[in-house]
Amino acid sequence: MNWRVHTPVAAAVAIVSGGLVLASLLIPGLDEARNRVLNWAILLAALGLLLGLANLFRVHWEKLRNRQNPAYSGVLIAAMLVTFAVTLWEGSRAELPSWIFNNIQVPIETSLMAVLAASLTLAAARMFQKRSDRISLTFGIALFIILLGSGPLFGMEIPFFTRTLTPIVSGFLAAGALRGLLIGVALGTLLTGLRVLVGADRPYGG
Amino acid sequence: MNFSAEHLIGLALALLIILSFVGRDNPRRAFRSIKAFKELRRSIELSVEDGSQLQISLGRDGVLGPHSAAAFAGLTLLNQVANTAADSDQPPIATTGDPALMLMAQDTLRHAYQRLEIPEHYHPLLGQATGLTPFSYASGSLAQLLDGSVSASALVGHHAEEAALISTASGTRGAFSLGGSPDLSGQALLFASTDEPLLGEEVYATGAYLDAGPAHQASLRAQDVLRWVIILAVLITAGLPLLEGLL
Repeated sequence: MNWRVHTPVAAAVAIVSGGLVLASLLIPGLDEARNRVLNWAILLAALGLLLGLANLFRVHWEKLRNRQNPAYSGVLIAAMLVTFAVTLWEGSRAELPSWIFNNIQVPIETSLMAVLAASLTLAAARMFQKRSDRISLTFGIALFIILLGSGPLFGMEIPFFTRTLTPIVSGFLAAGALRGLLIGVALGTLLTGLRVLVGADRPYGG
Repeated sequence: MNFSAEHLIGLALALLIILSFVGRDNPRRAFRSIKAFKELRRSIELSVEDGSQLQISLGRDGVLGPHSAAAFAGLTLLNQVANTAADSDQPPIATTGDPALMLMAQDTLRHAYQRLEIPEHYHPLLGQATGLTPFSYASGSLAQLLDGSVSASALVGHHAEEAALISTASGTRGAFSLGGSPDLSGQALLFASTDEPLLGEEVYATGAYLDAGPAHQASLRAQDVLRWVIILAVLITAGLPLLEGLL
């Protein structure tokens, strides 16, 4: 298949759709057309979910064939097929799919959350070894103050931290810094979105 | 006059168009140096030389959500990395937690291989959806990181708490890690757990710093101008009532 022929078509579709969405934000009366385009996009994204599952299956099938940690991949494929079949047979709101989700998926993800706490302690220790600049020092001091002020330590509350220092740091200094970061993120999002909508940036390979 | 979101979008669009043509060749308008991008360039070169792999984690939010812009920044990074390292012994690999983003990553990689005139080297599994929930995505990316010969890992896209699992594993392996996310908790975790964090808007500057094209540079300049506009607006709106009170 000659993909070079397809690229301008993909770019044209993306630019026209993007231009329409952008125009609907600036020109009144185009809301219906925008909603229709967005609904198509949502439908395509839902279809993409199936492709994502197929990709996940293929990745682990290849691992199973190449004997690269085959046990893990075998468990994943078996669980995927069982869950898919059960959900297809009984419907996503039935008792058994909910049981699988609440008793297998949720506990596994919760255990990963617990691993995260250990990982972060390790990461914080490593951070001070690797980077000893002003920003890291500020980060460390803020972390220390907020941790000490977030609740009683060994059953003892330190009023200077819980009532004075922590509210100042989290309520004023950190809140100001967070707003600054959010303004930066919002501007970055706006400009990146505009770049993609007008077709100046085509990260879909076009 | 009330300044609304539509006015901001219009102003941003006008600035983007004007700055795409004006002053783009002016050497005095060079961007400030960001260490994370310098280190990333070095890691890309090293990985090509020693035949190790680069892993780009694009996050778990798709192209339809509010964090899609960060995913696009990640795709730009993937494109630039693939242009340099696709023909190496271990080509770069992209992982994501969103199927639509996976398709875009595969498309980005496929086009990079076509540009390099080695389309036969492209494999669809170079772009993977490693899991469809935040932690399953992280554990899938983590497995990819620990099983392969990854020497550098870049997390650019929407990541929250799960990012720390990927970046800590990268540190344990001794691989270089860079991370940026629009999510505030994700930013804090990436700051602590990566070698080079990207803070705030730096994540959107990826394309401009990796020479992805004039549109990226114009966009970064427009971002700088708009930042000053907002600073002035904040100062004026805060200062005027204060002045009125004093007078």
